[in-house]
Amino acid sequence: MLDKTAENGEFKYVGTRPQRPDGVDKVTGRARFGADMVMPGMLVGKVLRSPHAHAKIKSIDTSAAEALKGVKAVITAADLTADVPEAEYDTMVNCIAHGKALYDGHGVAAVAATSQAIANKALKLIKVDYEVLPHVTDVEEACKDDAPLLHDNIFTEGLEEEPTTPSNISGRVQFGHGDVEKGFAAADTIVERKFRTEATHQGYIEPHACVGNLSADGTGELWCCTQGHYMVRNSCAAILGIDISRLRVTASEIGGGFGGKTTIFIEPIALALSRKAGRPVKVVMTRDEVFRATGPTSSASMWIKIGAKSDGTITAMEGLLKYQGGAFKGTWVSLGCMTAFACYRADHMKTVGYDVLVNRPRAAAYRAPGAPMAAFAVESVVTELAEKLGIDPLEFRLQNAAKEGDQSSYGPKHRAHGLIETLETAKAHEHYNTPLGPNQGRGIACGFWFNFGGQTSTSLNVGADGTVNISVGTVDVGGSRASMCLMVAEELGVPYEKVRCVVADTSSLGHNDTTDGSRTTFASGMALILSARDAKQKLCARAAKIWEIPEEAVEWVDGHARPAGPNAGEFDPMSLAEIAGKAETTGGPIAGHHEYNARGAGVSFATHMVDTEVDPDTGRVTVLRYTVIQDAGKAVHPAYVEGQFQGGAVQGIGWAINEEYIYGEDGRLQNPGFLDYRIPVASDLPMIDTVIIENPNKGHPYGVRGVGETSIVPPMAAIANSVSAAAGVRMTELPMSPPRVLKAMDDAKA
Amino acid sequence: MVKVNLWGSLKARAGGRDTIEVEAQTIRQMFRALGEEEPGLVPVLETGISVAIDGQIYRDDWFKEVDEDSEIYLLPRMEGG
Repeated sequence: MLDKTAENGEFKYVGTRPQRPDGVDKVTGRARFGADMVMPGMLVGKVLRSPHAHAKIKSIDTSAAEALKGVKAVITAADLTADVPEAEYDTMVNCIAHGKALYDGHGVAAVAATSQAIANKALKLIKVDYEVLPHVTDVEEACKDDAPLLHDNIFTEGLEEEPTTPSNISGRVQFGHGDVEKGFAAADTIVERKFRTEATHQGYIEPHACVGNLSADGTGELWCCTQGHYMVRNSCAAILGIDISRLRVTASEIGGGFGGKTTIFIEPIALALSRKAGRPVKVVMTRDEVFRATGPTSSASMWIKIGAKSDGTITAMEGLLKYQGGAFKGTWVSLGCMTAFACYRADHMKTVGYDVLVNRPRAAAYRAPGAPMAAFAVESVVTELAEKLGIDPLEFRLQNAAKEGDQSSYGPKHRAHGLIETLETAKAHEHYNTPLGPNQGRGIACGFWFNFGGQTSTSLNVGADGTVNISVGTVDVGGSRASMCLMVAEELGVPYEKVRCVVADTSSLGHNDTTDGSRTTFASGMALILSARDAKQKLCARAAKIWEIPEEAVEWVDGHARPAGPNAGEFDPMSLAEIAGKAETTGGPIAGHHEYNARGAGVSFATHMVDTEVDPDTGRVTVLRYTVIQDAGKAVHPAYVEGQFQGGAVQGIGWAINEEYIYGEDGRLQNPGFLDYRIPVASDLPMIDTVIIENPNKGHPYGVRGVGETSIVPPMAAIANSVSAAAGVRMTELPMSPPRVLKAMDDAKA
Repeated sequence: MVKVNLWGSLKARAGGRDTIEVEAQTIRQMFRALGEEEPGLVPVLETGISVAIDGQIYRDDWFKEVDEDSEIYLLPRMEGG
């Protein structure tokens, strides 16, 4: 059997740029997103949300709402299961408050009615008696001893001594090696600075939407936009106290997720309302709800210190990161600590992280969660240190870049990766050598992300006409169906157009982990390659039967079964279509399957380069030019790889320059809409240029590495380095909005 | 015996040790032996952490082999967006 690998020859389909299989549906409006599902008898579900940042719920009176004509169900926390597993408890409480509203926008109750107008009217009839409590929304304020306490049962984990009093700091983590004091003592130059970033939202254009239909006997279905419908099924089943096999979840097309749809918010509410009303219930969030009640990323307060010898050798790197995760424990500060210095080699490294609770919505993942903020701080100091040493910042990075065999900042020694290639490509790139004008600056920064594999199950069915259907359980958020088809076409040796991919519902395949961790093209792709190899064996066996020769005397080459050698006999090669056409009489359907916990994910590094111009009168930053250089291992569909690079850069530009959650003194979010929370639009952006580096991942047959997350790690740092150069002052807070840049320039002049 | 490196804040749960040597052929056996050696680690091991073996990270992979020549690090559970 000739299996394709990254080493054994040229690819025919992988690496090409065919049309995406979902393209026509999306441009003609046939594609069905979360809010597009309609079921007979469907009701409208709406959620009542807390107007307070922190309040005890003394009582909820739903009687007037229930009495309103057209209202079919009202639910509160009491309608969810009482014995939810511990792992799902916070998720459930985040959907509907249990005893306390923990942030502005926290769900308190929900109604299902025959129309939106009636549902909205019913929400106004629900009487909630709140006892307003002191609140805290700032990460540093929340760490103080006298800060309002969110939970009296959370004690800081990870301390050397067991704490005796509850705290808003739910955990402390530490990573590193060597002795940083010794390392700093050996340094000739040291730079240390404090940094702050605000929370930002993933900004997906499609709000959360779902339709739940759950009968009184506990069987049901759910249609929703999500990055992981198996996760939705398992969480909802646990929260509602039903068997997972009784709930079938279908993922709609998704209008963006970026990590923000890796958890649930409205899905158990729709199902609980449906169970009570006995009819399907659709819940669609407004944009206001998306901002106030779904998960943005953490805001962060950071301190970074790096020392180097005068020859440019880094001797020590140290960081302290404080991330707030909203009202529940579990930020990604540990991943921030692990990735912070991952691009560098130093004998002495230490990062300490604090996971902090505040009265804000529960943080959700956002592309490489935890890493971009840390990179902003670290890469800013790296550039400043290089400048103090009189070394070009790119050369300084090349000199200190982590290589295979170096001890990583998070523990183990690095395996082979493409960081050096990205830096050398940047150095040779025309962009890096183009002169700048007045008030302009150029910044570079590097970034790292782990990527992982995870549980995956795929199926491949050969049709009687020789076309191929493949089923995956990983939601397509970035064109993965095209990549899946390309890999199967490559392995089977059939044209790309003959392979179609669907995202199957939860009853059709074994468990699939969520589309996150940049895992889908890697893990589902490898599972499909193995499914195709399974099918190829069966196809060869059928040919062997037809030819009446042993199975081992048949091999699969270029989409055909053929005798493996002269001794096998003389038979004309049989195509996949020919064998498939005889399937009915040679043993029935031909299929391939694979289920596994995917091993072998390869890390990914990137270098970004950006030119900006700062208006000295207003502080406005204009991004003039941007180049992304990233290691993809093997780009299966280069256009989508480039799209991931560009998307990460654009979101990073928004995070760096415009986007921020603004809370008032009352603890309420002041800008829950795209008018006041401004994400970049096309007219704000230059073309994002891309360079794909292909340093094959040995853990994947074709060398694939995940690419979806690394691209958001360097942008804020690269832009901060660029803006700092243009403005003549080091920028240490995000976003670098006009007032903040102007103030920094004025302060520097003063 | 395999030598297991702990991440910094696990030291507090392991009597101040940052490495522990245990007898194990698989990740599952390694977890069990670590729990017996340092019971303070059990709650963390039960949350489903990751293990790096010679730089390759494994998650929820009990039966992956470990050998005494391997470089082994315990890491927090890998997640992404």
